Amino acid sequence: MSAWTLGIVLLLIKLLVVLVVLLLLAAYLIYVERRLLGFMQLRLGPNRAGPQGLLQPIADAVKLLTKEDFIPAGADRVIFLYAPALVAGTALLIFAVIPFARGWTFRGQEIPGVVSDLNVGLLFILALSSIGVYGVALGGWASNSKFALLGAIRGAAQMISYELALGLALVPVVMLARSFSLVDIVQAQARLPFIILQPLAFMIFFISAVAEMKRIPFDIPEAENELVAGYHTEYSGMRFGLYFLGEYVTMVTLGAMLAAFFLGGWRGPLLPPLLWFFIKVFIVVFALIWIRATLPRLRYDRLMEFGWKILIPVALLNIIITGGVMLALRR
Amino acid sequence: MNLYAVIFYLLAFIILAATALAITRRNLMHAIVYLVLSFFGTALLFYLLGAPFLAVLEVIIYAGAIMVLFLFIVMMLEIKPADTPRRLYLRQWLPAAVLGVLCLAVAFVLIVFKTGESLPLPLAAASPLEFGRFLFQKYWFSVEIVSFLLFAALVGALYLGRREG
Repeated sequence: MSAWTLGIVLLLIKLLVVLVVLLLLAAYLIYVERRLLGFMQLRLGPNRAGPQGLLQPIADAVKLLTKEDFIPAGADRVIFLYAPALVAGTALLIFAVIPFARGWTFRGQEIPGVVSDLNVGLLFILALSSIGVYGVALGGWASNSKFALLGAIRGAAQMISYELALGLALVPVVMLARSFSLVDIVQAQARLPFIILQPLAFMIFFISAVAEMKRIPFDIPEAENELVAGYHTEYSGMRFGLYFLGEYVTMVTLGAMLAAFFLGGWRGPLLPPLLWFFIKVFIVVFALIWIRATLPRLRYDRLMEFGWKILIPVALLNIIITGGVMLALRR
Repeated sequence: MNLYAVIFYLLAFIILAATALAITRRNLMHAIVYLVLSFFGTALLFYLLGAPFLAVLEVIIYAGAIMVLFLFIVMMLEIKPADTPRRLYLRQWLPAAVLGVLCLAVAFVLIVFKTGESLPLPLAAASPLEFGRFLFQKYWFSVEIVSFLLFAALVGALYLGRREG
């Protein structure tokens, strides 16, 4: 086997492993979230399918895949059918630029611990998250239902508002690392993780990312008590499952992004890099579940006000201060 | 024809087809989706030509921000597909035709005289760092003027859209 074919085979194996692990993590995250929510609310949570309910995600997947694929009357057929794939697809693609380990060597072949080290990796993430808006907006519009349309309009407005704060919070990170590449950003945190230098940016990024993925307390686009289920009200079967999958994959990728941008990526003492990466991802995911069990839903006008009048000005101020300090230290 | 050329013509075909579909659809939502597709094609073309930074900006700004606003407005207004007769008036299509012919002529001249061989910008200038240097060190003054112009437009829009009283 020549070096070139070996490289291709190793790449394909790595892609397969990353994809399978990501999907399994997302599926089991649903189980973990339901069990943890049950624990936090003094009830049991799913515990019937298999020991401790461990087969629940597989049962759910079988149920979703075998359910009727329903298209409402008056729906825009093609857009209705493909919108969910946009949400799940963009969520999965984000993981492509996130470094998850130091990398290995196999028979003289370098296997980097990242699927693709783009020199614009950080912008790639922002671009994909802005494409995710289409999945929500088009899905809600194509359903031909009032609830779905209202949810989609709210979702689109919320996501484009918080995208600004999301991007601005990452500017200081780029300034410190002097690169858009996530591998370089992790490299720049060899001595100090950026959460110590940029606690404010970390907070802004975390809050706007939670708003971007529409989780409690920002789940106004799918507010159950007024909009049934918001933009995915009319979806059934695996197409609903794709929206669901997109949400949970986003939880994993948010953990991975926070690890790469602020927590030092796969770096850590004693334990192997891959394990550190998973530990950091799990801490973030646990925090997300904890927040869901604790906080009530925000009111819509407060949500917009918070995004535009607090997060964005604070993020801009943070950029100016960071730039000033960096200039002063260089002299 | 090497692999890059094949990809180039494929992308060019996608962009042209998507744009043509975008301007002929009667359903506004479909037109928007096709236009987004055309922006994607353009972004990939930038990537192919060695400008990943420009490619990502194309997606973030055009597909991710501007077209989402269009989508938003169309959703809010709930515009029904127009059933107007398909006749086009001279006043409407003449300017478009003149501009189109001019564009074709320029493209023809560019291809015939092979101006592409003496590139005004070396390809290395397309990396994010070089791009930033180029824009904010060499051409900072034009960038400031453009941003001032945009600011004036923003204030103007705010003034026009204000509520009476």
